[in-house]
Amino acid sequence: MTAFEPVIGLEIHVQLATRTKMFCGCELVFGDPPNTHTCPVCLGMPGTLPVVNAEAIRLGLMIGEAFGGELAERLVFHRKSYFYPDLPKGYQISQFDEPLVSGGRLGDVGLERVHVEEDAAKLTHAGASGRIGGSTSSVVDYNRGGTPLAEIVTLPEIRSAEQASSWLRLLRETLRQLGVSDVNMEEGSLRCDANISIRPVGDTTLGTKTELKNMNSFRFIEQGINAEVARQIRVVESGERVQQETLHFDPRTGSITSLRSKEGSHDYRYFPEPDLPPVQVPAELLESARASIPELPLQRAERFRTELGLHEESARLLAFRRALGDYFEATVAAGGPEADRQQIANWIGNDLVRRLDAGEDTDPDPAESKVEPASLAELVALVGAKTINRKAGEKVLDVLVAEGGTPGPIVEREGLAAIGGGDELRPVVQAALDANPDAVEKLKTGNMKPIGAIVGHVMRETKGRADGGEVTRLTREILGL
Amino acid sequence: MIDRDTVLHVATLSRLELRDDEIEPMARELSAVLDHLETIGELDLEGVEPTAHVLAERSPLRADEPSPSLPREVALDQAPDASDDGFRVPSPQA
Amino acid sequence: MTDPISLSVVDAAAALRRGELSQDELFTAYRDRAAADDTNSFTWLADDATTALGAREGLPGTDTPLAGVPLAVKDLFCITGVPTASASNLLRGYLPPYTATAIDRLQEAGATVLGKTNQDEFAMGSSNENSAFGPVLNPWDRTRVPGGSSGGSAAAVAAGLAPAAIGTDTGGSVRQPAALCGVVGLKPTYGSVSRYGMIAFASSLDQAGPITRNVADAALLFRQMTGPADRNDATSIGWAGDGGSGSASAIDLPTAVRLDGVRIGVPTDLLGEGIEPGVRASFDAALKLAESLGAEIVEVTLPHARHALSAYYLLAPAEASSNLARFDGVRYGNRADIGDGGLVELYTKTRHDGFGPEVKRRIMLGTYALSSGFYDAYYRRAQQVRTKIVEDFRAVHQDVHLIATPTSPTVAWGLGERTDDPIAMYQADVTTLPQSLAGVPAISIPCGLSDGLPVGLQLSGPAFAEQSLLDAAHALEGALGFDGTAAFDPARGAGAATPGSATTGGASR
Repeated sequence: MTAFEPVIGLEIHVQLATRTKMFCGCELVFGDPPNTHTCPVCLGMPGTLPVVNAEAIRLGLMIGEAFGGELAERLVFHRKSYFYPDLPKGYQISQFDEPLVSGGRLGDVGLERVHVEEDAAKLTHAGASGRIGGSTSSVVDYNRGGTPLAEIVTLPEIRSAEQASSWLRLLRETLRQLGVSDVNMEEGSLRCDANISIRPVGDTTLGTKTELKNMNSFRFIEQGINAEVARQIRVVESGERVQQETLHFDPRTGSITSLRSKEGSHDYRYFPEPDLPPVQVPAELLESARASIPELPLQRAERFRTELGLHEESARLLAFRRALGDYFEATVAAGGPEADRQQIANWIGNDLVRRLDAGEDTDPDPAESKVEPASLAELVALVGAKTINRKAGEKVLDVLVAEGGTPGPIVEREGLAAIGGGDELRPVVQAALDANPDAVEKLKTGNMKPIGAIVGHVMRETKGRADGGEVTRLTREILGL
Repeated sequence: MIDRDTVLHVATLSRLELRDDEIEPMARELSAVLDHLETIGELDLEGVEPTAHVLAERSPLRADEPSPSLPREVALDQAPDASDDGFRVPSPQA
Repeated sequence: MTDPISLSVVDAAAALRRGELSQDELFTAYRDRAAADDTNSFTWLADDATTALGAREGLPGTDTPLAGVPLAVKDLFCITGVPTASASNLLRGYLPPYTATAIDRLQEAGATVLGKTNQDEFAMGSSNENSAFGPVLNPWDRTRVPGGSSGGSAAAVAAGLAPAAIGTDTGGSVRQPAALCGVVGLKPTYGSVSRYGMIAFASSLDQAGPITRNVADAALLFRQMTGPADRNDATSIGWAGDGGSGSASAIDLPTAVRLDGVRIGVPTDLLGEGIEPGVRASFDAALKLAESLGAEIVEVTLPHARHALSAYYLLAPAEASSNLARFDGVRYGNRADIGDGGLVELYTKTRHDGFGPEVKRRIMLGTYALSSGFYDAYYRRAQQVRTKIVEDFRAVHQDVHLIATPTSPTVAWGLGERTDDPIAMYQADVTTLPQSLAGVPAISIPCGLSDGLPVGLQLSGPAFAEQSLLDAAHALEGALGFDGTAAFDPARGAGAATPGSATTGGASR
C-alpha cells in the first residue's frame, strides 16, 4: 500500500493592533454593544470613501521586516467582490498582485506573502441553537467590519498537523512580541485556515487541495488537519479523486463538512481600487517599522543557547513564551554569575510551569505568581549545593507557589535540610547495611542492584533528606568496593 | 456574442434577478454594445501599461486617530429592517 | 429694483453683500419659480434657506463669498437629512447622515441649498430619461431632452429656476447637458474637487462641477468647491495651483476679453462623421471669432481619441458594477418584498426592483468586463487605451494651450428618440469622453443656435489649467454674446433668442 504524506499551507488572518479601523476613524473596541462603532464609511453608505490607516501599514511592514520578506515600494489595493451581509460595500478592499510583503520565513516554514485588507462584520445567527441552521433571520453587527487585517500566507512546506500547530504557536508568539496584534484566538484576532493536500511519499508534485476554514484553537487545528488528511487518504485509497472545496471541521463530532455555497461559483473580479490610487510607501513609515522590531523568539532562543548555554529545547521553550523568557532572565540576574542557568531553565520550564498551569492555550506568567525570581534563584542554588535534595526542593517550591517567601526559612521550618556529609549520614548507612545482610552479600559480588534497598532504607530513616548519590558513595566506602 | 447562459451567469455574479422576458433583450443589448466596443481590439497595445488612475502619486494615508462614530440609532435609522441593535437580514442558510 | 432672477451668482452675491437684496427675498423668488417648474428639473425642494443646512449651524453671513446665493444640487450629492436618491427607486427616501464635501464647502462659502435636481439614475445616461423621477424636459423645447446625466441641473439653470447648479461629470455629464440647455458647464481636473459624499458612478472619472449662466459664475463656484485636499478622499488633490504649479493662488474671476497668444488645437480626429452640420457651422463660427480675438487655431491629432468611447464604456461600467454592489437593501434604501426568500432573494429581488434598465445594463456590462476570462480582453485593454489617450493629450499640449471641439455632436434630440438604442445614446458623449479619460479640465459654453437649439463649444486644457480655460472661455463668451436668459420664460419661446443679438450681454452678466 502506498504511503502518503500531507502537504499543508496555512493562511492566517491577524487583526492588527491599531486604535482605529483600516479605512475610517471608528475606534476598535472588542466586546462593545453591536453597531456602536460605525460611521458612514464602514457602513458603506453611498458616496463615502476609504482612506488608509498609516498605522496598519506600519504594522504590516513590521511583520514583513521581522520575517525577512521583501517589502513593497508601492501600496496598491484591489477590490475583491462578493455579496454577503457582513461585507457592506459588496467588495472587500484587499491586495492582489502587489502584496505589502513578498516572501520571508519564520523558523521551518517559508512565507509566500503578507497582505493587508479589511475585516468583515459579524453576522449573528438568531435562533435557539445559535448555530447557522434552523433560524430564519440574522443580525449584522458592523463594529468589527473594517478592522485592519494582515493575511499571512505560508508556502506549502508543512508536513504534519503537529508541525502546523507548533509553527502557529511560534507565529503567534512572534506576532505578540512584535506588538502588532493581540493574537487572541478566542476573540478572533488570530484566525487560521489550512490548505491541505496529500501525495505519495517521495512524490514532488502537489495534489488537489482543500481549504479547511477557521479553526479557532491549536487543538482544533491539529484535530482538523489530521481528520482531513485521513479523509483524503480514504478518498484516494477508494480510487476516487479529492475535490477542490472549502471545508468546515466540527470539533464536537470530529466530522468534516463541505461549505459549498448555494450562491454559485466564486469569481471575485479583482480590479484596482479606484478610490485608492497607488502610492509610494512613505519612507518614514518604513523607517519607523524597521526601528520597531524587538528581539524575536528565534533570536532570543539563539542567545539563550549561545550566550547562556541552555540546551536547544530549553532555549526554545523559554524564548517562545515571552513571559517565561523574561522570568528566566530575571532569575538568572538574581542568581548572579555563579547561577546554574540550565538548572534555572529546568526549574522554570518544568516544575514552576506545571504548578502554574492556567489551562489550554493560556500561557502562565510566573511573574504574576508569588514566586520571586530571587527566591527561585536561591532555591536552585540550595539544590545545586546539595544543601537540600531535589525532592525537598520541589516541596520548597510548593510552598513558594502557595505562600511566597524565601527558601531559607521554609527549609528550616519544614525540616528539609539534607543530612549533610559523611559524619551525619555514615551511621545511618551502616545501620541500613546491618539490617540488610542479603543485600550486602550481593553488593560484595559486584551486583549493584540491591543498592536501591539500602537507599530506600536510609531515606525512610532520614525522612527523605538524604542524598541518594551520597548514600551510594558511603556504601561503597564502607564495603570497600 | 453574449448568449443566454452568459447573461444568467453574469446576472448571478451581479445579484440581479432577470425575469424570463428580460433575459433575451439583455443578451441582445449587451451583444450589440460589446460589438460596438470591439474596436478596442484593433489596437496594438503590446507593452502599454494600463492606467487605472490619472492621478500623480501622492500619500493620502490617515493618522491612526479616532473620530466619532455614529450614534447607533442614527446608524440603524435608514435600515429597511432593523432590530434594537442591528441590521436584520434573512439567515444565510434559511 | 432689478428682478432678483436676472442676477448672476456674482451679481446676486454682490447685491446681498450690499444689502440691496435679502437672502430670504432671493431664496423665495427662486423657490416660487422652482415650485412652478414644468420641466421636472427638481426631485426635491427646500421649504426655505434653513431646510438644507447640512452640517452647518445657521444661515450664512452676507460677508461670505456667496453671501447666501441659493444653489440647485444634483440629487446624487449627500446632504445631511435631505432626500438623496441619485434618482433611483432603490434609494428613494434615503436621508444621509452626512454632507458631501463639495456641498459643505459651498455652504461654508455662503451658499444655501434650493433643492435637489433630477438626473439620470446613478448618473448613467446622456438624456436624463433614465430617472426614477421621470424625464427632464429641455427648457428650450419641452419635447426634447436636456442632456444628461446632470439634466435637471442644466435645465434648472437654463429655465432660471436657480442662479446656478452643481452637477457631476463622468464622461460628459456636466458639459453635455450644459451644451444642450445653452448654459455653461465646467468639468474640473480630476482630483480638484472632493468626491466624498457624491454617490459614485465611476470612481476614477467622477468629478463635480458647476453649471452656470456665465463663465464668471463657474469660476466663482469652482473656487469655492476646490481648495485644500480633502482628508476624507484619497483621490482629492484640491487646488494645485495654476497648471499644477502648487502655488497657493486661488482661481481669479476671469476678466479677459482677448485671446492674444492663445494657441487652440482642433482635433481633426473628433470632427469626423456624426457632427451635425448646424453644430459644425456654429463651432466653426466660434473658432473664427476666437481668431478675431487673437487666438491661433491649429489642427492637432488625438489618434486614440476615437477609441475613447469603447474604453469608457468598459471602464465606467466596470467601476459602476462594483460601486453599486453596496445597494443591497440591508443598511439603507428600499428592500424588495422577498416573502420567505433568503439572502439570495434579498439581493436579486431588491436590485431587480430598485434599479432601472440602463443601470442594470451597465452593471451587467461592467461585471462581464471584470469577470474571469474577460478581464484582460476588456478591462485591462481599456486601461491601456486610457494610457494612450493620456499620452495623446500630453503630446498635443506640448504644442497648444487649449483644445476646442463641439461639446455634443448634436443639439438636443426628441424625448424617447434614442431610448431603445443604447449605442446611439452612448455616441452623444463622443467628444467629451477623451477629456474625461485623460482627467483634464474642460468647459462647455454656448456658442450659438442651430434650428433654434443651443450648441455648445468645449474647451479643454492640461491638468489644473482651469484659470487659462476660464479666461479664454470668458473672452469668447463676451464676443459670442449668447443670451443666457432666453429660455427663462416659456412664453417667449426658445426661438426668440438669436446668437449675437444680445450684445448688451443680457441681464445675466
